[in-house]
Amino acid sequence: MDIHDFYDKMDRDNILLSFKGDITAELLTSILQIIESKMDNMQEEPKLKKKVYIVLVELLQNLYHHMDDPSMASGSANDASRTAIFMIGKEQQHYNVITGNYIKNDKVTGLKKKMDDINALPPEKLKEHYKMILNNGQMSDKGGGGLGMIDIARRTGKPLFYQFTPINDAYSFFTLNIVIEQ
Amino acid sequence: MEIITIESTPKTPTIKFDSKKGRLEIKGRSIPENSVEFYKPLVESLEQYASSPNSPTQVDIQLEYFNTASSKCILDVLKRLESIHRQGNQVIINWYYEEDDEDMREAGEDYQAIVNLAFNMQQVEIE
Repeated sequence: MDIHDFYDKMDRDNILLSFKGDITAELLTSILQIIESKMDNMQEEPKLKKKVYIVLVELLQNLYHHMDDPSMASGSANDASRTAIFMIGKEQQHYNVITGNYIKNDKVTGLKKKMDDINALPPEKLKEHYKMILNNGQMSDKGGGGLGMIDIARRTGKPLFYQFTPINDAYSFFTLNIVIEQ
Repeated sequence: MEIITIESTPKTPTIKFDSKKGRLEIKGRSIPENSVEFYKPLVESLEQYASSPNSPTQVDIQLEYFNTASSKCILDVLKRLESIHRQGNQVIINWYYEEDDEDMREAGEDYQAIVNLAFNMQQVEIE
């Protein structure tokens, strides 16, 4: 691996932090602390800082709960299915957050539909949808039962840009790109 | 009856619940990975408290951030308070948000629309 190429690429894309590996609770805490202090150093506008922070929390915890999912780990083709990639960069006035993780093929259609449904809703409908799921949705013992994606779309006011790359019979790679503006 | 005190951490808020005085305070960040586990002691003691609640019960909620996993638990707490109110007891909810933090104000309004409780929306200066 040419580390200088890698450096150049990160520099070009204004990457503040990137990580590939197992997502643990301790790691999430560290990433959030690093990004928070970086934004403090850049004297980021408080409102944008808050928005970036809470969107990061949702994205990282989505990854974390996937790592935790035994259905992802058991019988997996390789250990890679337990790891994820995370990147955050800043270009001019907006932040770019990209996450990537393996997902079982049988979950792709459901997740895709969920995101398409969210992307199709105008802001005021998104708010109603959020309240409806909050009040009626089943809470899993891991999280908000699908509220995370709605919250991200609601806070950023932008569509969820996603991609699924087929890997093999069992897995695809799921990439999510979130843009956060003032 | 007991007093619950949970000190804040970078991911969890301070929780103070004094069932004798009927005072509950939730303050700080609430972004734990396992929110259900975190809120369990509070939810359980509210359940007990509901059998002989104070009137009024005063609740102060001042959150800087909360994740969606916590949002369900906060609703759970509010629903228990709602049922105390339904029994004919006074429940006062003060929902604090930093000036400029429209998202947190809106979150309070969302809750208010779901549970049948009046919220006092209190704007506070940014610390």
